[in-house]
Amino acid sequence: MMESVLELLGPELYYGALTPALKIAVLLFVGILPVITYLVLAERKILGYIQVRLGPNRVGPWGLLQPIADVMKLLVKEDVIPNRAIRWAFILAPCLVVGPAFVIFAVIPVGPPAAEPGGLDLFITDVNVGLLFIVAMATIAVYGLIIGGWSSNSKFSLLGGLRSAAQMISYEVPQGFALVAALLLAGSMSMVGIVEAQKAAGVWFVFPQFLGFFIYFVAGVAESNRNPFDLPEAESELVAGYHTEYSGMRFALFFLGEYANMIVISAVAVTLYFGGWYRPFPNVEALSFLDFPFLPAGLVAVFWFAVKVFAFLFVYIWFRGTFPRYRFDQLMDLGWKWMIPLALLNIFLTALFKLVL
Amino acid sequence: MTEPGSGAQTLFDLKEMELNFGPQHPSTHGVLRLKLKVDGERIVDCYPIIGYLHRGTEKLFELHPYFQNVPHTDRMDYVAAATNNLAYVAAVERLFGLTVPPRARYIRTLLCELQRISSHLLWLATHAIDIGAMTPFFYTFREREIILDLFEEYCGARLTLNCMRPGGQPFDLTVGWEERCREFIDDFPSKIDEYEGLLTENRIWKKRTVGVGVLDPDVAVDYGVTGPLLRGSGVNWDLRKATPYEAYGEVEFDVPLGKNGDTYDRYIIRMEEMRQSSRIITQCLDKLPEGKIMAHRPRVMKGPKVGEAYAAIEAPKGVLGFYIVSDGKPGPYRCRVRPPSFMNLQVLPEMTRNHLLSDLVAIIGTTDIVLGEIDR
Amino acid sequence: MNDEPKKPGQDELPADEGGAETTPESPEADAPEAAEADDQAKAEAKAKAEAVAKAKAAAEAKAAAEAAKPPWEKLPVAPEDEDATDDPLVAALREQHGEAIESAFLCAGDLRVQVARSAIADVCRSLKIDHDFTMAEDLCGVHYPGREVGEFEVVYHLYNIPENRRLRLKVAAGEGESVPTVALVHRGFNWLEREAYDMYGIRFEGHPDMTRILLWEGFNGYPLRKDFPVEGIDTGSAIYPEYYDESAGPVTGTGTGWRPQPPPEPEPEPGAAAGEAEEGEG
Repeated sequence: MMESVLELLGPELYYGALTPALKIAVLLFVGILPVITYLVLAERKILGYIQVRLGPNRVGPWGLLQPIADVMKLLVKEDVIPNRAIRWAFILAPCLVVGPAFVIFAVIPVGPPAAEPGGLDLFITDVNVGLLFIVAMATIAVYGLIIGGWSSNSKFSLLGGLRSAAQMISYEVPQGFALVAALLLAGSMSMVGIVEAQKAAGVWFVFPQFLGFFIYFVAGVAESNRNPFDLPEAESELVAGYHTEYSGMRFALFFLGEYANMIVISAVAVTLYFGGWYRPFPNVEALSFLDFPFLPAGLVAVFWFAVKVFAFLFVYIWFRGTFPRYRFDQLMDLGWKWMIPLALLNIFLTALFKLVL
Repeated sequence: MTEPGSGAQTLFDLKEMELNFGPQHPSTHGVLRLKLKVDGERIVDCYPIIGYLHRGTEKLFELHPYFQNVPHTDRMDYVAAATNNLAYVAAVERLFGLTVPPRARYIRTLLCELQRISSHLLWLATHAIDIGAMTPFFYTFREREIILDLFEEYCGARLTLNCMRPGGQPFDLTVGWEERCREFIDDFPSKIDEYEGLLTENRIWKKRTVGVGVLDPDVAVDYGVTGPLLRGSGVNWDLRKATPYEAYGEVEFDVPLGKNGDTYDRYIIRMEEMRQSSRIITQCLDKLPEGKIMAHRPRVMKGPKVGEAYAAIEAPKGVLGFYIVSDGKPGPYRCRVRPPSFMNLQVLPEMTRNHLLSDLVAIIGTTDIVLGEIDR
Repeated sequence: MNDEPKKPGQDELPADEGGAETTPESPEADAPEAAEADDQAKAEAKAKAEAVAKAKAAAEAKAAAEAAKPPWEKLPVAPEDEDATDDPLVAALREQHGEAIESAFLCAGDLRVQVARSAIADVCRSLKIDHDFTMAEDLCGVHYPGREVGEFEVVYHLYNIPENRRLRLKVAAGEGESVPTVALVHRGFNWLEREAYDMYGIRFEGHPDMTRILLWEGFNGYPLRKDFPVEGIDTGSAIYPEYYDESAGPVTGTGTGWRPQPPPEPEPEPGAAAGEAEEGEG
């Protein structure tokens, strides 16, 4: 069947449009959206167990249908646009948050490229400037938050928007620097290239780049506005920060954006520092049973990728259960006085290391 | 943070923004409204507006006989009803000249200290959640639940206890209550360790609380601030020690004092007060005497003489006083409540000046106000 | 316990009188029957005396038992006022402020000093500076309608932390008279004075912010005054004068609630209601 479609469309359209479109659809509707909805449930459950309570357990067995109920509620809810809000900006803002977060998934490889030409690549595209693309896209989300906060015509939203602007801009710098160091080590900006470089080096980059990874992840938590850096939406201070005035589906989009961002940060961390889709220690033959040879290789790759991402997501939730929130000026202190110098030092050391070897 | 008066401000035409904080806000602990003048996130001025929960309790007191007024007191500081009851009945007892039998005194002390623990637990829960730590909330409510169960077993109510009468106690302890209380209180210090494990040495917690909302001892006294707020500034005034009432003169406990008068000190003090409370409860259970629980009084109590009485006790939030004026009728002519939260809230503008918005919620949390008591 | 002899002292009194009455009776009796009667009377008197003695003993025993009882078994005795003009603190205040210290009483350990209205701020200041009464504990108003020395009373509670001593100051003020503020002496009195103003309408002279605190700005009346109706007053017209005329606002207890309607253009309902109410009153 695939052959006949290939003949019908010609290779250009087939490889250039149809397969990516299918992949996007699968990634979006089988991958990200269900994962996000169930991530919310997982978060509530895990937080529940951290906090000696049960978490949602009324809708469906073990609360498994809770996310569906949540989504239904958000979809059906009245969508309020405040009277004096700036209408077009108010509507645009959530899209600006969600869109880029989803676009980033285009360059994240969940599995290896096709073994033979014409096979299935387990990523949508492998750009040779993948890392730059990610950084660029991540920056756009800031606009969403600022515009959302500003257009709501509410003081709390405005303060939330301002906080998020300052926070995301100042944390993008150390994050970028941390990525530069990883890039120096890998010698490639392609995401697939970086994963392959780790396999070739025989070691996850988290070991030589521990400082870089630490900076990247902390900055990532700050980027995705999660505890302990959830100042832009600090509910006890700013009511709900930039999305105070949002309700219904538009609020759900912000929500989606936040969780998509979490997954993006985790996926990039896995790709850059934890060997992407490969099992732990891919060069050690003794551990080859971890490749589950009886399963299709593509499935195993996705499995390992998912396991690593979920480990990060768990850490996110764990943070939320444990830490208080930073104060605004302390956050800035941490970013500018510690993270950036450390990230620069990290680049310097990595470069030196490269030069000496 | 720019220092006030550093000169940098004159470069631009800075306009302060006015921000209404509350009365519907997650961290104003009820219906407090603060009119803030903020310069960016820095608070230039703070003007509290209260009264959203005003129910005219002081007027209500004048309508009922002395002995029927106790339930009104429950509704003031509704998270610490037992201490409210005690303050009121102490004032009435002073007015009538009633003496309370020892067993009733011990039971009262027990209830009040349990109430102090439960009030402090609620404070810790909300304070932590204000600062962004979510988990302590659920841990403290786990223990608070047990205390409320103990209350329920004793008097049938969990929050609005109505558990004291002028002259003594309405009920004796139920069978097995002492054992259950002892079981809880033996275990409780380890639970405090659990909360402290989450917060006390947590770097972020310290960053958010150390040096925030510093209250000078002179200012505190001048403003009539009492309770842990005052002791956090290092002023040693605890009515349980200063003028021992009920069974406090017969038990051993320490009054923790702070040094810096900041939010962290007040946190430490309240944690220590919970430990001391459990110490008091253990001693009360050990020493609990047998005997009557109600003073001898005529079946129908006529009004007291024309006169007045003031009684103050150390409630979890500070000094709670009742000033009762009698004109010889069966009900009070005037019953004035001296609510600790009212006075503690008054100092809020002093404490928040030049702090950031995030500190404001930490400071509101540390003052531990209950609007039911402020507005009465 | 309650209906039988209440206090030992009262119990003895009638018995004594009975004993005294018997003796003067005997000389008035007639001669022939005198001896008999005398004997009888003597016997009676003897019996009576014995009874009295018994009653006395019983009463004494009772009194002793009563005295031996723990205080909570006894009937309550309300504390009495004692004059405390010779208290060292009061004496010192007298020296400083002279006639401004009008009287001083001690009741159940509480020292109570009546101060002249004009001197209260000075008295508080000297108490704070010279006598260590630094803690502003409480301030409240009391309303005595029709009292000669002034309808209102402002009651101050000050506390001396090092000595653990509480002092109550009282100031009388008539309707329309203002009391000098102590908010500048103890900043803690700021809100308390506002509350007293809010509840009683007592004005405090020199107060930095003499506005209502618990009630809203437009509230008409002072709720803790004795003549304020317990069921409340109509407040609709006070807050929404454009919707409600005087006494046409929501009535407490009717449960109907109200909805703010657009300002009247084509003869709105509230206006009609107001008209009706006015007619009803007239």
